[in-house]
Amino acid sequence: METIQNKTEGPVSDELTLVRAAKQGDDSAFEELVRRYDRNVFRIAQHITQNREDAEDVVQEAFLKAYGNLAKFQEQSKFYTWLVRIAVNEALMKLRRKKPERTVSLDEEIKTEDDSLPREIADWSPNPEQQYNQAELREILSKTIQGLPPGFRTVFVLRDVEGLSTEETAAALELSVPAVKSRLLRARLQLRERLGRFFQKRESGDGDQ
Amino acid sequence: MKCSEFLTELTSYLDGVLDEPTKVELENHLSWCHNCYVVCDTTKKTIEIYRDSQLYELPEDLRSRLRSAIMSKCQQHKKRGPESV
Repeated sequence: METIQNKTEGPVSDELTLVRAAKQGDDSAFEELVRRYDRNVFRIAQHITQNREDAEDVVQEAFLKAYGNLAKFQEQSKFYTWLVRIAVNEALMKLRRKKPERTVSLDEEIKTEDDSLPREIADWSPNPEQQYNQAELREILSKTIQGLPPGFRTVFVLRDVEGLSTEETAAALELSVPAVKSRLLRARLQLRERLGRFFQKRESGDGDQ
Repeated sequence: MKCSEFLTELTSYLDGVLDEPTKVELENHLSWCHNCYVVCDTTKKTIEIYRDSQLYELPEDLRSRLRSAIMSKCQQHKKRGPESV
């Protein structure tokens, strides 16, 4: 079985050049950084907040914060990792404001040891996503990931959707590498199990049950 | 390798960062344990479906509106000084 290949980001070699120019007051350099990462920040924000307007706000606030604090950026990590950290914090703040009754934290304790152990093993159809049209599929994926705790879906989105490394994800979320790995496993297994309801192989002659 | 050990190594395996001896052991396990094979295969599909889903793409018109808003707020910030963010 082949392993997963990460989606590669655009060229990062001149990222530092742009950052340094922006620090010197070159706004077109900063605008180029916005162009480069706005889509990523929007995706991350909408995955966390599950709300499009909130995601739009997060994009604006995150870039504005990055702009205002550029002088404090130490250049010890990639600008993108630093930006993601700002965006994740903004997105979690939005979520906390909306759902004050629920604790929204990246550090939430894992309740039980076997909460993600596979219970449902049934195989999926060969091309499960083709059973649905694009709109239906998006609805399924969106609803499914919404059911995960924010701390789990954030790790999943950064690692598996945005293609950050485990170390970058840990840095962006201020979590330890083992914590990222543990959350990632649980997120992947929980999503797999939930998607199984939609993608399971149907026995021939069994109808749609 | 037991099923529980397979699960511990699954994430590293899918990420392609497993050391060679463990990888061989894991693939040997998958060759005879159908349940773990299915879990591995469907977890891999889960990741691929999300990665390729283009969920929450930023439409171009909204994108340029957001960018203009960001840049004009940056300008205001510059005029007002560093305390305004």
